[in-house]
Amino acid sequence: MTLLTDDHKMLQATAAGVLADEGSIAKQYRHWRDTHCEDGFGHALWERFGELGLNGICIPERHGGLGLGATEAALVLEEIGRNLTPSPFLTTAVVAARAIDGTGHAERWYPGVLAGEAVLALAIDEGPRHAPEQTALEARRQGNGFVLNGRKQFAVQAASADMIVTAARTSGEPGDRHGITLFAVPRDAAALENVDLADSSKAARLTFEDVALDADAVIGEVDGGWAPLSRALDAGRAGAAAELVGVAAGAAAMTFDYLRTRKQFGKAIGEFQALQHRAAHLYCEIEIARAAVLKAAQLIDSGDERAELHVAVAKAKAEEVASLAAREGVQMHGGIGMTDEHDIGLYLKREAVLGELFGDVYYHRNRVAELSDY
Amino acid sequence: MTDLDAFRADTRAWLEANCPPEMRQPIRSEADMCWGGRNWVFASDAQKRWLEVMAERGWTVPDWPRDYGGGGLTPEQAIVVKEEMARIGARQPLYSFGISMLGPALLKFGTEEQKRHYLPQIARGEIRWCQGYSEPGAGSDLAGLQTKAEDKGDHWLVNGQKVWTSYADKADWIFCLVRTSSDSKQGGISFLLFDMETPGVSTRPILLISGNSPFCETFFDDVKVPKDQVVGEVNKGWDVAKYLLGHEREMISGMGLGGGGSLGAQVQPADPLLRAEIAAFDVDALAFQAMSERFTALWKAGDAHPASPSVMKYAGTELNKRRNELVMAAGGSEALEWDSERSNGGKAPRDWLRSKGNSIEGGTSEIQLNIVAKHILRLPGA
Repeated sequence: MTLLTDDHKMLQATAAGVLADEGSIAKQYRHWRDTHCEDGFGHALWERFGELGLNGICIPERHGGLGLGATEAALVLEEIGRNLTPSPFLTTAVVAARAIDGTGHAERWYPGVLAGEAVLALAIDEGPRHAPEQTALEARRQGNGFVLNGRKQFAVQAASADMIVTAARTSGEPGDRHGITLFAVPRDAAALENVDLADSSKAARLTFEDVALDADAVIGEVDGGWAPLSRALDAGRAGAAAELVGVAAGAAAMTFDYLRTRKQFGKAIGEFQALQHRAAHLYCEIEIARAAVLKAAQLIDSGDERAELHVAVAKAKAEEVASLAAREGVQMHGGIGMTDEHDIGLYLKREAVLGELFGDVYYHRNRVAELSDY
Repeated sequence: MTDLDAFRADTRAWLEANCPPEMRQPIRSEADMCWGGRNWVFASDAQKRWLEVMAERGWTVPDWPRDYGGGGLTPEQAIVVKEEMARIGARQPLYSFGISMLGPALLKFGTEEQKRHYLPQIARGEIRWCQGYSEPGAGSDLAGLQTKAEDKGDHWLVNGQKVWTSYADKADWIFCLVRTSSDSKQGGISFLLFDMETPGVSTRPILLISGNSPFCETFFDDVKVPKDQVVGEVNKGWDVAKYLLGHEREMISGMGLGGGGSLGAQVQPADPLLRAEIAAFDVDALAFQAMSERFTALWKAGDAHPASPSVMKYAGTELNKRRNELVMAAGGSEALEWDSERSNGGKAPRDWLRSKGNSIEGGTSEIQLNIVAKHILRLPGA
């Protein structure tokens, strides 16, 4: 494994500084929640990301991006996770940006993404659990284009999106990898219900009833969407895993501080070995998860064939650890941890949503088993 | 081609020409693991030849300096050697506490004379070392040790008892923590080297629940040790001891890697619930492997937290125990066979029972968590 370079550390410091201040829980998460914002995130911070160049991390240099990769995206996402910052960064700048890479849609959308003006979304899931190969939403050829019928759910930030990368079936049966096609679906093409999630983020349910699209709405090859979709999803999984490590680290830092300061029985509760050992165990687990994420990201960036396996490991491990951190955080905070006034409970909510995104721990453990031939 | 690519090509060719085919077979039993030493009986000519050619090249310890019997390789080159050995399934030519524990401590704390004397013997597998740390009254509280070394002018006079001395009955020399002062607990300890054939040294194997005896009780009765066989300063042996423990913990944590490869692929669990548990294990094992690689890179760059071997040791040993539990579950009643040839002499149940010691030896899991709580998290009163 390669260690972080000085450039990486600079990027990390920049992201950490901006997110701890402008991306803080008070300024972003709570602010947008308590003002009942329809987007669930702030456009000013998204534009600020654009100014800082962060949105170009996964966009090739010839399109004005930085041409970097999953490793650099992971550094930013860990800071987003630590501050529970609601942001289009993961779906727009990492997953959707990758899905349209090398296609005619890149030129159309990259400038807006780079500027922090455009928001892109993904519509993949059709049931309550992630199962992309089960894509059933029908895209039937009609004239020079396609007509789409079916439904999608858990389309993160789709109500705010200018374009929704949608997986549809152009041939074969649900369960087949061949026959899936990606479409660039414009805003307002499908009927949309904006849904509030537990962590105050937004994800839409979409209903497609005879939605007609031109042939140039196709992203990549007709019937050949599985490969680019998998690559984009794996980038998203590694990214969500990095964000989960940030969630874990944020919850843990808050909890370790509490152990040092909260007094009961005349001493800091962190003096009790019953809590020390649980805190130390949590620390070890976070270190393991962080290494797993870094390894997965590096394998993606080097085009290594083991990337798929290690992405599944990273996503499963990061969810497990973020869940542990959030649960231990609430428990060790005691009563105050159950109140909305305290931030620790927010980590529990964000972890639950990120854990589900792009496949939960069970989905990815199963993938590890399948990829290991058992 | 980069220099490292060229080095890899040379290494590959050299290993191809020099690693005997028998030494590319998986390890089947204890005898397949070469520990070297004065009394070592080689299991085969191939085992002997493999040790000799590797020692000749300095590759039993690729990254030690050439002057001390090493290969003088950079960390990157040493990794290439490891990878190329793994590629052809080459066995480790030498298993040695001298390499994994004493060597690093001598490199850091030894005098030039000590390094030139002891390190080449270790690299060539001529002297087998054992570790005299724990005592009946000093387990987790290691610094409470009582084995005494009295300054008799021209020699130290050692009296006392050690326990859990790995392979003391087979070792040639011991590196031993002794009390040279009772003025201070940690500040009265010295790090002493001596020959196990010195009059007054005796050992008694301890039978474990696994049915094997890898550990001994070791007794010292008026053992005379030359004055120049102290490593580091007198009464400052605790620093040497702690440094060495870091290396020991790192070595033990390697068990968490389980020899690489997916457990599920190996045991092909038919039961869906067992498959799910094993998949959860494989996730943790691969994630641990990533941490191990990152830790190694950080350690070599000098960026690792000094307490990070405790993180590795804790995680790795708990993982190895879990692995053995799952191997037992997957094996069903066949994993209970204790002696049959079919079961390779009861390898599964004996490994399972032996693994219970992993989270005890080298500092218990609870001690590692104490260290993390104190030195990394800086929790109050830890």
